[in-house]
Amino acid sequence: MDRVSLRATARIAADADGGLPLLVSDGPLALRRTRASGPYTRVTVVGAMSAPLGGDRLAVEAEARDGAGLLVDSAAATLALPGRSAEPAAYDVRITVGEDAVLRWLPEQVVSVHGSHLLMRTVVELATTARLVLREEQILGRHGEAPGTLVTRLTVRRAGRPLLDQELAFGPGAPGGWDGGAVLGGHRATGQLLVVDPAFAEKPVRPRLLGEHAAVTPLAGPAALATAVAPDALAVRRLLDTALSELAPF
Amino acid sequence: MASRAALLVLADGRFPAGGHAHSGGAEAAVKAGRIKDASGLEAFCRGRLHTTGLTSAALAAGAAHGLDPGELDAAADARTPSPALRAAARKLGRQMMRAARATWPCAELDALATAFPRGAHQPVVLGVAARAAGLGPEDAAHCVAYETVSGPATATVRLLSLDPFQATAVLARLAPAMDLVAEEAARAARQGVDALPAASAPLLDITAEQHASWPVRLFAS
Repeated sequence: MDRVSLRATARIAADADGGLPLLVSDGPLALRRTRASGPYTRVTVVGAMSAPLGGDRLAVEAEARDGAGLLVDSAAATLALPGRSAEPAAYDVRITVGEDAVLRWLPEQVVSVHGSHLLMRTVVELATTARLVLREEQILGRHGEAPGTLVTRLTVRRAGRPLLDQELAFGPGAPGGWDGGAVLGGHRATGQLLVVDPAFAEKPVRPRLLGEHAAVTPLAGPAALATAVAPDALAVRRLLDTALSELAPF
Repeated sequence: MASRAALLVLADGRFPAGGHAHSGGAEAAVKAGRIKDASGLEAFCRGRLHTTGLTSAALAAGAAHGLDPGELDAAADARTPSPALRAAARKLGRQMMRAARATWPCAELDALATAFPRGAHQPVVLGVAARAAGLGPEDAAHCVAYETVSGPATATVRLLSLDPFQATAVLARLAPAMDLVAEEAARAARQGVDALPAASAPLLDITAEQHASWPVRLFAS
């Protein structure tokens, strides 16, 4: 853990013919083309080092160009760790999905380790006919550990219009009340699964509860969001997997 | 100078805009045992204030500042994943519009009513109403910050038979946080729609859907 803070930007671009014209690893963000699953070109983010540490500025830029089918996952959970710097770590994800393209963005969890401070920002630009599956899971502390500070913002625009904009803030550096009955109610894991599909414009998803602390809701545009809170990472994943198989048969 | 009395008229719980019928998620939280007493109410209200409270306050501040209400309404939709909460926000917006047009008639309110016949999101309408009343972004944000916590507090008094003195003490303890939230909201609103906060609360979104499915309930949301 004895290293200076770093800046790294990894880049992915996928074409309709299944090719990856851009696959650029950087620092701790190592990208591998992995065995395809179904019709998708698959890229796995391999965390070559424990990251991000305080002060690090990491970014991933991913583009599914017109007609492409891209699946991006990760080999392991992202551990936000305290660094020598008092600065928070920043992790920016910038996603673009073109016309008739599909992106499945299914990374492992972000685990906020005690003493860490991570700001995650994900910005997604979708073309009108683009489809998207995007999962985010926030785990507050390793087993039995008090969390660090974790702030995540997810902004999704479709054809330039806002579709979803959400910020979550947890831990000792977050504003008060994050652990109270309006936000997490003592739970230590939460997650979101967003599915955008122009077909929902004709046939919107019906709101549905997935047990006591999870729901699938149609957004104001052609999209559905599953939101779950649970005691741990496994329980959140189970709930989101249920939603995934229902909402995204593609 | 903005009229302090106009702010009191707009912020008054008796302003006939229908807010009293909504618990701000407190009814579901009481039933689930997440609010059992004054301290649970305080944690609930503090969390609501810093999440949907900040987000809504900034939308209202933006409208009071003169940002385009249509863009603000789209921003509100994107910040409200729960259809039950979107419906509640539009219903409250409609009721706020009726009261505001009678109270502070003006062309901007008329135009907003015409553009959104089924109701715009309530904070947007409140912000335009504040503007019509000669109030500024901070005033609108303060109104929203206060109603974000006063709604659940009043509802909890009814739902739990909580001592009303204790509920009011909770509101007083939250006053410094409300001031900060209102300032932050107004600051963001002055930078435009793209700078608006989007703080959200997973449990409020989830339990709003649960609550909407109850056959019998005391509050509309």
